[in-house]
Amino acid sequence: MSVFVDIHDVTHVYARAEDGLPAVQNLNLKVNKGEFAAIVGPSGCGKSTLMKLATGLQFPVEGTVIVDGKQVGAPVKLAGMAFQNPTMLPWRTTLDNILLPLEIVEPHRSRLRRHKAEYVAKAESLLAQVGLKGQGHKFPWQLSGGMQQRASLCRALIHEPKLLMLDEPFGALDSFTREELWCVMRDLHAAQKVTIILVTHDLREAAFLADRIFCMSARPGRIVAEREVEFPRPRDLEITYTPEFSALVHELRGHIAQARQAA
Amino acid sequence: MKTKNKLALAPWVFTVGFFALWEILCHVLKISSFILPAPSTIMWAVWEYRSQLAYHAMHTLWMTLAGFGLAVGFGLLLGMVLGSSRLINAGTYPLLVGFNSIPKVAVVPILVFWFGVGWVPPVMTAFLISFFPIVVNVATGIATVEPEMEDVLRALGASKRDIVFKVGVPRAMPYFFGSLKVAITLAYVGSVIGEQNASNVGIGNLLTRASAAFEVPLVWAALVVLAVLGVIMYAITAYAERSMTGWAQRSQMAA
Repeated sequence: MSVFVDIHDVTHVYARAEDGLPAVQNLNLKVNKGEFAAIVGPSGCGKSTLMKLATGLQFPVEGTVIVDGKQVGAPVKLAGMAFQNPTMLPWRTTLDNILLPLEIVEPHRSRLRRHKAEYVAKAESLLAQVGLKGQGHKFPWQLSGGMQQRASLCRALIHEPKLLMLDEPFGALDSFTREELWCVMRDLHAAQKVTIILVTHDLREAAFLADRIFCMSARPGRIVAEREVEFPRPRDLEITYTPEFSALVHELRGHIAQARQAA
Repeated sequence: MKTKNKLALAPWVFTVGFFALWEILCHVLKISSFILPAPSTIMWAVWEYRSQLAYHAMHTLWMTLAGFGLAVGFGLLLGMVLGSSRLINAGTYPLLVGFNSIPKVAVVPILVFWFGVGWVPPVMTAFLISFFPIVVNVATGIATVEPEMEDVLRALGASKRDIVFKVGVPRAMPYFFGSLKVAITLAYVGSVIGEQNASNVGIGNLLTRASAAFEVPLVWAALVVLAVLGVIMYAITAYAERSMTGWAQRSQMAA
């Protein structure tokens, strides 16, 4: 398997950091193509910085970031992103929100007007995949929080990104909706063969979804543990109640506790 | 009666009540019409001077709309520039605030030096007095785009321009329309000031002449005409706001 995201010995200090302390230090992380990686860690450990580095929104002060074989020196243009806040534009219908990335990214940008029907059909099929069939004409504020988050996943996937970055996408949802969306995410990953990096606080979420889990230390963040998850796919929610699953979550919890203490 | 009907009637009831109270007070306290004419006297004056008032009101309306139109165009442009560049924003803010603090009456003589007496000073005064709220509101709307939204688009390779036009400008529209309601009333103030000092026509000029001749009912009639025009223009901008940015008015409190 080829390495898709390679973050090598990266140290990053924000220009605006008042104490001059790096957000991440000597960070090393490799995610294979098509893999589902999860990054867990105590709050403020630089997980969001890692997302910005991998998508080319920030460039490291030291070290290199290589995505899809190229060193990152500009926004990568092949990434889709979703955040805890669905950030839908309230003046656009849900469908038009989902089509937004196509108005930005090439080659879709120049094709969108002439091939509108084709793209709309694609958006509709994504909506159906996340359980929002026929809801595209509604405005985002007419949808519940969980539905908005589903739509935001569609927006992140519409341009067929090679890399999907998820920053605590289910953090603001109730636990039932969250588990439902885990399954949506699992199925999307199985169907699209996209490389996913999921940043989360939720250890069960990481253990259920990911092929590989990285634990980060408190600020300045670096990887303190890397763990492959061997549960066979497709995974059922039932596995979260098995002893093996509990053992894994327990183990991860130990790493986080250590990382917090070290801070 | 339903709350909705009550709300629709309320403006009429309060307006009629206000004038009725005024009328009664004038008669009961026997106030001289030189100090405060009763509404009935004013309405008679409006009728008596109707052709003169209509002629001057049309002029004022045009001056106001021309100045307001300039302010909208310029305000949108400058607001977009200030909203998308923190450097230009920080750099020009003191200048803008300083300029806005100058009472525009004080600027009219300079406009007369430059353009002479005529239609230009009223239009310019209306423009100068009303562009500021538009600039500030548009700039605020654009500058407060959610950072996550910006990240989503920038990671796709969106340029600053893409972000301003796809997200910033539509997002600023409720702010923009809100500022129009302030700007249109200010534009009236501006055009009347301009006409009072540097024009031979318009309600402002009529006011100056009528007060010099102590034609008190005509002065009041002119003021009433201005108020009515102002309410109509305000209502038009408010209607435009509702139909353009309905998505922003979904609060339970606004319902």
